[in-house]
Amino acid sequence: MTDLAEKAAPAAEGSGAPALGLAKAPAGFWCALPMLLLLGLGFLAPLLLVVLYSFMPRGSFSPFGSPTLENYVDIVEQNFHISFAWSLWLALVSTAILLLVAYPLALAITRAAPRRAVLLTVLVVAPLFVAENIRLQGWVLFLDKAGVLDGGLEALFGVGTGSLTNNVPVIVFGLVYIYLPFMLFPMILGLSNVPPDVREAALDMGASRWRMFRDIELPLAAPGVMIGGLLCFVISLGAFSEAKFLGKGVIVTVAQDIESAFTFGQNWPRGSALSVLVILLAGAAVFLAMRRLDLDAMLGRSKA
Amino acid sequence: MTSAPILELRSVEKQFGDLLAVERVSLAIAEGEFFTIVGPSGSGKTTLIRLLVGMDVPTRGEILLRGERINETPANKRPTCMVFQSLALFPHMTVGQNVEYPLKCRGVDPAERRRRAEACLGLAHLATSYYDRPVTKCSGGERQRVALARALAFDPEILFFDEPLSAIDYKLRKTLEKELKDIQRETGKTFVYITHSLEEAMIMSDRIGVMRDGRLVQVGSPREIYKAPESRFVSEFMGEVNTLPVVRRDDGRLFCEPLGVAFDPPPGAAPSRGVLVVRPEDMRFAEDDAEDAIRGEIFNEYLLGSRVQYQVRAGGVTLLVERLRDLERPGGETRLRFDPADSLLFAE
Repeated sequence: MTDLAEKAAPAAEGSGAPALGLAKAPAGFWCALPMLLLLGLGFLAPLLLVVLYSFMPRGSFSPFGSPTLENYVDIVEQNFHISFAWSLWLALVSTAILLLVAYPLALAITRAAPRRAVLLTVLVVAPLFVAENIRLQGWVLFLDKAGVLDGGLEALFGVGTGSLTNNVPVIVFGLVYIYLPFMLFPMILGLSNVPPDVREAALDMGASRWRMFRDIELPLAAPGVMIGGLLCFVISLGAFSEAKFLGKGVIVTVAQDIESAFTFGQNWPRGSALSVLVILLAGAAVFLAMRRLDLDAMLGRSKA
Repeated sequence: MTSAPILELRSVEKQFGDLLAVERVSLAIAEGEFFTIVGPSGSGKTTLIRLLVGMDVPTRGEILLRGERINETPANKRPTCMVFQSLALFPHMTVGQNVEYPLKCRGVDPAERRRRAEACLGLAHLATSYYDRPVTKCSGGERQRVALARALAFDPEILFFDEPLSAIDYKLRKTLEKELKDIQRETGKTFVYITHSLEEAMIMSDRIGVMRDGRLVQVGSPREIYKAPESRFVSEFMGEVNTLPVVRRDDGRLFCEPLGVAFDPPPGAAPSRGVLVVRPEDMRFAEDDAEDAIRGEIFNEYLLGSRVQYQVRAGGVTLLVERLRDLERPGGETRLRFDPADSLLFAE
């Protein structure tokens, strides 16, 4: 969600900065003001601090020392690229799986009768009422050695599954499971921009289902699909709990590196440098996607 | 019908749960015919056309295209296509891309596609300069033409229309109706058109099928439908009509209780009690005081372009009379007559 915040703040400042006094500012400025203050204090200021720290000497606890690039050098030299690569890989794979899993569901929800659509939506939303960590711990209890699944099968049939945690696929599973709603809802928004008539017209014109999907449905739903993909990619890039709880240290993600740099390592500048790189990576993805995205189309303003 | 029908329906039915949306519809449409299915909203005409283009499958009965059963053939495998009520243009494409889409689906090469697209735009009276324009930048009338050009580019055996003109303003609609008829003449294609407006149907069609509650209640030429409606529903669907409740007296004449006047019956079948339907244009103001003249009072008049419609109150009934403008009458007391041959009698 950093992408939205980043976009919102400068936009509001740009349109709201009055030359002759605040009283003449448009109503939109006043409505945006509380959020603007919150974002300025709670998002931009800490971000600035992190950037400053990333250029401080190793292990310093002040952001006002003499700037250096040694943290970035350390990151390259001390093989931090491995955790980067894992995070990137996990983010890409889980986003790809989410695209495939969420699309049919989003299609079903947009095309279902209203009452059924509400039911399906509630079913997807319901898990969000339980904290992510608790849900992940639930899966740990379920999948662990002598957990619900293994123990249950052992007791009933004498053959268990052993531990299903402590591997990479289960981390991907966790990411897909946790971030499904973030993919699904933007996708539903995107797909609801595809009029059923237009879909039928393409078929009527002789298009196969695949061609209709490729030429008509996907391009029209693209804004929603891209926002969903972007959200999932950015969030899972910084994901932490899935690898920690389900993966149990089988791999280390960059978010875990950042955490240990700030805690056990007591090396804030290194943690900050890692954070800056993650933010740049996420920012690049957002930038690339946003360049291809028509938000007006997303909001249905330029419908035919 | 001289040749074998291009499209034939045999007792076609479509059921949605408890609702029988289309009930035992049988029909044969000839090659090159402009056939219009007309009915009020909810009469099942849109459901019927969806069966005909292959977007739904009939519950019972058979649909035959040139003698071949196509009940289950999906829309993208049928040599027919439809102009949608919403037009269903592809909003992310230009006019040219829209029109070329059916050709692209068939793998026609780009140069040939462009040539045919431009020809179809021409047929639909759209300049080739529209080719690169996004459809979102086109006006309502232009979009109509793009949708038509796209359907023509498909080169269908039958071209279906689902009320495409219903959202267009009156003047443009009249123009497009005539153009559509011209295009049908020019291309010789079979057009099957759906509308709720009998007026629209009359202007364009070779034959009309009137639908009510999922059934086809009458099929005939516009003249037949107009001159000899087979039911009160069809006669009333034609537009505003006068309906007089009548009872047959012993002398054979039809007595209208509220008016206190007896009329000669129209020729043909003779129920003992029913409704006499007289069109406003068949009512005349009478000078003489004949036995079957209706005494009333003009209390309102509306100018309908070349004609004037009078509302005449007689015995608690409001009657409509339409005359040419130069036959205008002042208000006040008046007498009305009509020729029994112009009236229609339907059993209640």
